Amino acid sequence: MDFFDRFAVPHPSFLIYASMVGIGLTMIAIVLGITYFKKWGYLWREWITTVDHKRIGIMYLLVALLMLFRGGVDAVMMRYQLSMPDNTFLDSQHYNEVFTTHGIVMILFMAMPFITFFFNYLIPLQIGARDVAFPRLNALSFWLFFMGMGLFNISFIVGGSPDAGWTSYFPLANNEFSPSVGTNYYMIAIQIAGLGTMISGINFITTILKMRAPGMKLMKMPMFTWSAFIANVIVVFAFPVLTVLLALGTMDRLFGTNFFTTDNGGMDMLWANLFWVWGHPEVYILILPAFGLYSEIIATFARRNLYGYKSMVVSMVVISVFSFLVWTHHFFTMGQGAFTNSIFSITTMAIAIPTGVKIFNWLFTLWKGKIIFTTPMLYSMLFIPLFTLGGVTGVMLAMSAADYQYHNTMFLVAHFHNVIIPGVVYAMIAGLTFYWPKMFGFMLNERIGKWTAWLMSVGFVLAFIPMYITGLDGQARRMYTYSESTGFSMLNMVSFIGAGIMAISFALLVYNIYYSIRYASRDIGNDPWDARSLEWATHTPVPEYNFAITPQVASTQAFWDAKKNGHELFKGKIEKIHMPNNSGWPFILGCIFFVFGFAMVFSIWPLAIVTLIGILGCLVYRSFEKDHGRYISVEEIEETEAKLRGAKK
Amino acid sequence: MKIDNSLPLEYSTEENNLKILGFWIFLGAEIMLFATLFTMYFTLENRIGNGPSGAEIFEITPVLVETILLLTSSFVIGLGIHAMRLGNKKAMMIFFSITLLLGAGFLGFEIYEFVHYIHVGATLQTSAFTAALLTTLGTHGLHVTFGLFWGIAILIQIKKRGLTPETTNKSFIFSLYWHFLDVIWIFIFSFIYLKGMM
Repeated sequence: MDFFDRFAVPHPSFLIYASMVGIGLTMIAIVLGITYFKKWGYLWREWITTVDHKRIGIMYLLVALLMLFRGGVDAVMMRYQLSMPDNTFLDSQHYNEVFTTHGIVMILFMAMPFITFFFNYLIPLQIGARDVAFPRLNALSFWLFFMGMGLFNISFIVGGSPDAGWTSYFPLANNEFSPSVGTNYYMIAIQIAGLGTMISGINFITTILKMRAPGMKLMKMPMFTWSAFIANVIVVFAFPVLTVLLALGTMDRLFGTNFFTTDNGGMDMLWANLFWVWGHPEVYILILPAFGLYSEIIATFARRNLYGYKSMVVSMVVISVFSFLVWTHHFFTMGQGAFTNSIFSITTMAIAIPTGVKIFNWLFTLWKGKIIFTTPMLYSMLFIPLFTLGGVTGVMLAMSAADYQYHNTMFLVAHFHNVIIPGVVYAMIAGLTFYWPKMFGFMLNERIGKWTAWLMSVGFVLAFIPMYITGLDGQARRMYTYSESTGFSMLNMVSFIGAGIMAISFALLVYNIYYSIRYASRDIGNDPWDARSLEWATHTPVPEYNFAITPQVASTQAFWDAKKNGHELFKGKIEKIHMPNNSGWPFILGCIFFVFGFAMVFSIWPLAIVTLIGILGCLVYRSFEKDHGRYISVEEIEETEAKLRGAKK
Repeated sequence: MKIDNSLPLEYSTEENNLKILGFWIFLGAEIMLFATLFTMYFTLENRIGNGPSGAEIFEITPVLVETILLLTSSFVIGLGIHAMRLGNKKAMMIFFSITLLLGAGFLGFEIYEFVHYIHVGATLQTSAFTAALLTTLGTHGLHVTFGLFWGIAILIQIKKRGLTPETTNKSFIFSLYWHFLDVIWIFIFSFIYLKGMM
């Protein structure tokens, strides 16, 4: 039985056993449900083997929503633990595990798939393409990401969760101080998911550079596509750093090397530096597409052209360059000296300039616009003041001398949630509401949607503003409890109430989806928001080939011009369309990667070698495979078009 | 599939163009990967702990032989691509085979070199410097190893299917990869070995 002992959770509690049972029952229910409704074939043919960018996008969305709730439960547990002094709901070890997984799940397995969902769904539609450049690689990206996510998420019931923080600084993360396999999960699961992200980065850059509709010059692309392009350039240049970093960390933990140890020449600060060389650009990978979505939404509902298109693009390029030049500000207190700190202080503050340009551009877009307060617009309007607040505290943190006061306090926690929640999360939900009718053919309920937005904002302010105060008073982050004499308890209780209200708002979002599925009108046409760019020019639901005739573009808002200014989008006649075939190998390769990762986590070498050979075998098989795709005939397209046009009335 | 006959075969279809651009972007990512490894190496270069330093363990002979083998292979694959553009399948296959043989020779010497390092007590676990050295060299070596299998798969396909837009596209992309490994080796040779021996 020794072999199986290693899979036991090293620090069990009632909560973990309960979730084991819960996960087990859910899995059984899903398998039985699919079998009962005879949906295995459908699942395999239409989803698992799909190479359609729209379906892959929707799968990313499902993962993101699932992880939003996993990370959200972690968050509420933490806030509850801290709501009262000397609380014993979580012990220190569990608290460590919860804040570690909360960070990783929210950044890498919630926010990343959420933006990748938008990349997948929107980029080809916005540029008038039929699919991405490499549809199969796109499927592979998803399955690698999915398996990395799965591997990470089984950690807390098989072998133990990582517990060294989402930054996993060495020497804390080495075998001596983090003896459970949790940190192995961190190294390997993120590596597999990161590989998927890297591949999709290459895919999207190629798509945007090579597959734009005729007439769409780079400076005529919709703003979301621009932001996606820049974000993916950052992905391609930042993620290899993560790859190396995680590989070195894995070697330190599994093979006893001395990269980040404290003896035999190892240098623990190397981890911190390399981590943030990836980690800081990662922040901008998340926020730039969010800015892109706000630009689309604000222009649509102000009924105006986006103000300052060129300055928007330039500021994003500047942000992307600067994002690689500020990493040291994450550890000003860790001994670089005054000169280095000053330089990184200045570069950090400089980022506020292009970001400010963008904020002003949005405000000028609103100026004299005919503003329509829909739910997506409401989120955007809440975003501007709340995000600016987070930006200002960011500049406070950027002052390296003052940072000695804030470092590692709740002030920092308040700051980054203040930029990520109104910045990224609001954009994701606003974008989801905005594009929901395009994906599913009905709109989400506006009344419930606005309630959600207001509740979320009230909850957000209550949850995070108190942290600024307790942080300045000296409450350290990542501490699992505090004594009553510190006086933190009142504000932490307020913060817990805020977290509760946010939880209710997310539940309301789910209720909204349920409510709208049941009651929303299906008679909404192709363009319910009266929007401006190409994705609204095709049918709802979007046919497999996106556009029957490739659109012609002459301005930054081709569809608006087609509606209002007599621009002709679809010239010429329908021709047969070349489409890629579905394929099961991305999924199979993903599964093998999952087993390989599992074997590596537990150092089961024979299994690791066998699966590695399996991975190479899949690549060889793929190399020899002959697959020229298929053609959709003109008759078939005309039939689909007629049907979709009929359904519109 | 539309084939544009005014272009070389490997560029003749839209899909081929996409693949070549995509691969260039991938090479950009690879540059970042090796740049990170070099950064890590230069940071840890002098942190030798109780182990040997670079000057004590580097031997010029195998390194020179490896350099000559890899540089020649890079030249020969260029000849192979030239032959491919002329439509000379046989010459191209010969040049590609020579490339792979030279690559295998390089790998043989590198394995010898690694055995030597372990023999003189510079193992993966000895110090930060040895770990950094073996990881950086090893990553390059793994790339070459992967390239050997990839090259063999392409050779088999060319033998079976002839010079089609697909096989030429694969060969061309493979040649980009091989040249890239050569460029990385020049950096390794100059900044790890030569600098280390001085």
